[in-house]
Amino acid sequence: MELKGDRKVSTGETELEASHPASHPRTSGDLSRRELLVSFLGVAAAEAACLRSRRTREAVPGAIVDRAFETGHLLRQGPLELASDGQKVDVLVVGGGASGLSAGWRLAGAGFEDFLVCELDDDLGGTARSGKNSVTSFPWGAHYIPAPLRSQGPVPRLLGEMGVLEGADGAGRPRYAEQVLVAEPEERVFYKGSWYEGLYLRVGATPQDLAELARFEKAMEELAAARDGRGRKAFDVPSARCSDDSEWTALDRISIAEWLDRERYRSPRLRWLVEYACRDDHGCTADQLSAWAAVWYFAARQEGDGRRNEGYLSWPEGNGKLIQQMAKAVGSHRIAKSCLVHTIEPRADRCIVHAFDAIAGAPRRFTARQVIFAGPRFVAGRVIAPWRESPPAFLSEFQYGPWVVANLTLRQPPRSRGFPLAWDNVLYESRSLGYVVATHQSAKALPDGPTVWTWYYPLTGADVRAERARALSATYSDWEELVMSDLIPAHQGLAAVAERLEVMRFGHAMIRPRPGFIWGKARRDAQQSLGRNLHFAHTDLGGMALFEEANWFGVRAAERALAELGYLSPSWLA
Amino acid sequence: MRRPLLFITVFAIATCGLVYELVVGTLASYLLGDSVFQFSTVIGVYLFALGIGSFVSRYIESGVAARFVDAELAVALIGGASAPILFLTFTRSGPFHFALYATVVAVGTLVGLEIPLLLRILKDRLRFKDLVSQVLTFDYLGALLASLLFPIVLVPRLGLVRTSLAFGLLNALVGLWSTWLLKTEMTSVRPLRVRAFAVAGILLAAFASGDRLTQYYEEQIYADEVVHAESSAYQRIAVTRGRRGFALFLNGSLQFASADEYRYHEALVHPAMIRARSIARVLILGGGDGLAAREVLRYAEVKSITLVDIDPAITALAGKVGELAELNRNSLRDPRMRVVNEDAMRFLAEGDERFDVAIADFPDPNNFSLGKLYTTHFYRLLQRRLAEDGIAVIQSTSPLFARRAFWCVDATLRAAGFWTEPYHAHVPSFGEWGYILAARGAREPFRELPLGLRFLTETTLATLFEFPADMSRIDAEVNRLNNQVLVRYYEDEWKRWN
Repeated sequence: MELKGDRKVSTGETELEASHPASHPRTSGDLSRRELLVSFLGVAAAEAACLRSRRTREAVPGAIVDRAFETGHLLRQGPLELASDGQKVDVLVVGGGASGLSAGWRLAGAGFEDFLVCELDDDLGGTARSGKNSVTSFPWGAHYIPAPLRSQGPVPRLLGEMGVLEGADGAGRPRYAEQVLVAEPEERVFYKGSWYEGLYLRVGATPQDLAELARFEKAMEELAAARDGRGRKAFDVPSARCSDDSEWTALDRISIAEWLDRERYRSPRLRWLVEYACRDDHGCTADQLSAWAAVWYFAARQEGDGRRNEGYLSWPEGNGKLIQQMAKAVGSHRIAKSCLVHTIEPRADRCIVHAFDAIAGAPRRFTARQVIFAGPRFVAGRVIAPWRESPPAFLSEFQYGPWVVANLTLRQPPRSRGFPLAWDNVLYESRSLGYVVATHQSAKALPDGPTVWTWYYPLTGADVRAERARALSATYSDWEELVMSDLIPAHQGLAAVAERLEVMRFGHAMIRPRPGFIWGKARRDAQQSLGRNLHFAHTDLGGMALFEEANWFGVRAAERALAELGYLSPSWLA
Repeated sequence: MRRPLLFITVFAIATCGLVYELVVGTLASYLLGDSVFQFSTVIGVYLFALGIGSFVSRYIESGVAARFVDAELAVALIGGASAPILFLTFTRSGPFHFALYATVVAVGTLVGLEIPLLLRILKDRLRFKDLVSQVLTFDYLGALLASLLFPIVLVPRLGLVRTSLAFGLLNALVGLWSTWLLKTEMTSVRPLRVRAFAVAGILLAAFASGDRLTQYYEEQIYADEVVHAESSAYQRIAVTRGRRGFALFLNGSLQFASADEYRYHEALVHPAMIRARSIARVLILGGGDGLAAREVLRYAEVKSITLVDIDPAITALAGKVGELAELNRNSLRDPRMRVVNEDAMRFLAEGDERFDVAIADFPDPNNFSLGKLYTTHFYRLLQRRLAEDGIAVIQSTSPLFARRAFWCVDATLRAAGFWTEPYHAHVPSFGEWGYILAARGAREPFRELPLGLRFLTETTLATLFEFPADMSRIDAEVNRLNNQVLVRYYEDEWKRWN
């Protein structure tokens, strides 16, 4: 069987490593079903799917629903028509994702009025956007934040405005609204025909496996407790608060795979857990991810004092809820959607900004005293006029991995064996990340009523360009086949209850913190403002694609703009 | 052909034979009760059937070895499928006694065939005295092994369904193996092997779904005759009738038995009703059987009852089935009654009408969906819907069987800001049962008990609030949506009693 030839020789690595398809890209037309499944889901999941459903089933109706690829790619097509005169504005925020809206939220919070947020898509949120149908709201991207450990900082402030942060307990730890904390059952994992509670696969674990898990957890707890001479946590949220002491930043020089080898972690289950964390939080594999970033995932969200933290905050629409809250603070009259900013020309005392209004089909021009560019570096390189000619050295250091998210609407949840349906449902043997249940956090949803499952798939290959091509080459029916083949072996009668599938592709979903990136020069340089009137905000400046990073840099950029305009307002970052 | 291998065959088929007999005997006592009678008749009929088999064996003239394999495959199929098929017959109200003894006779006859046929196959290879001695020795050894394995390993580990399937499978494999072992005695082995694979395949497939089968059956097993059964969108509903009246089961767990439900419902409803200042507006959450409502309707001051039960099938049943409507005295058709088929959490979250008395009569928190209805979040929603001096009562499982679960409900109510007062009553069908009163502040009895009660009296009421040492308060975590500790407590504790 040719499958065997595809599989790498296993050296104690997880099966996820098996067969890397990006090296031989094919167009979807050439792919047989089995090849498609092996290429995207991995050998084990493909085998399970092929064993399970030999007979044909009716395809689930649906579509690929992203359009940003098309609008965004206008940027590449060379010079666009320019408007000769236009609007004056004190602050222009370019980008209506989490960082741009955080900037807008900060400006509005200072009582500042003369600003505008431009978003190229027809919907706000970027990778935190959400959707809604007759069943429920659902996420299209980021779908939770870990409950902050402290009540200070911009994210707790936002949560306070939402009524989610209800106060603090005797020890000063924040208390969150119960219905927003992720309800139990929180996670389950599918392995060889049955679901099990939790993310770590405990069933069949040997005493050595469990001993290694305990050793790993203890190590992470110690790193979580670690503080430098100035009292800063070694691993904190957001990354800007972390200690820069080389004792810990040295971890950024190696990959987490190397770190696990060095620390003699060999249990396949533990390696799987870490690998899953890498794919889930950063969209890449353990051999590509900085050990510092991977440790951060485990150590930043706990104090390291042995106490259980509050877990995660989530809503049916995922982080779309945070986006809505900030958009409300900004006000719809200060938001321009479908507005593609394609040129920013910084001058001594202002910026000239050219945009294309996709609704009116007409060019727009802004004269802004301050501009906050809240988009990723790869777009900045094309939009900021002087950078087109002489790009700064740091630009090429920023790499982004593609993701695909699918929302599957179900008439009712199908049956499954073992532990019952949880919020996060993970398939041990698949390269997908599994799915979250949008109605899990809804007070209105009935336990057996209709629901929406959000399925996540990161394209983790090292060559991000080839991975983007791969994501784009798959058609709707390919994705339909992939999603259903991934889920059918773990759910009886799924095909019969599936009503609609919608797929969204994100070409540059997540910054990849490869070794050396987070504590390297490129990221530090990219955080600097250009002159006195062009400031930057985005998760890529934090090196990790997380809401807290977006929010931090958005607020920071807004405060810089306010300071330049002579607006004095106590910092929210203190 | 090597003799030791053949004796292993004898040993294996003897083990299988006795396992079938034990499976059927256990199943009969399990389903029909009266185990002395069931075991006596099953064993008697089985031994008699062995005799039939021995008798019939003389009519097999040719192809003895092939018929031996056939007999093994037939017994593998019938014996292996015996438990699932008998369960199925029982739950579908088929002719169970007939199926039971037909299985015993069939298995006995086939097993009875095996030894005589084997003796004939071996007769030329051994001296008669050695043959009889060795074959019977292994036969009885196999029986000993089966009788020890069955109660100690098989039933506790595999359960009846999978035990019978597993031994059927073993039997089929022995049959298959015999086609090699007895090859020299047979003219064509291929059809036999095809049959053997088919039988093994069927049993293997059934074994793979054994978990689901068992779960399904066990939820359908009732001590009494089933008079009504249906599956609603939310649960499997069964009403049974026996000598002591009738009973309602949801997903196989008892909701009430008509013989003593008055104890449960009087204790549930009246301590809260007599403590409330006003009792004009009463809310019942769960309780679609209408029995709590019957108790509420004893008070003339009650102006409206809102009964929220997620399952329309239950409320329809309670109004429709004669015995039930009689038992709840047509409470669901009372003009003051409003039935809302809605999830209780959703009902509380979405409305803002306030109630003087709220009665939470949910099934025990044995899964996460039910566990939600016992969280601080739920109780905060409940408090919002309670009048300023209103009072609620929560059925809170058994403080004896699930002590930590009971006190967990109390701790949860307190964490949600309620004053609480726990109490308990003895309900023979359930055992010691617990309830918790919850209000914004302490509440003393305000009115007298209504007339016509069978269980509660003014003088004994106070004793319900005393907790003996083995049910007294213990520490428990607060049940929240994001920990659902109650479901875990409940599972752990009930496991010890079942």
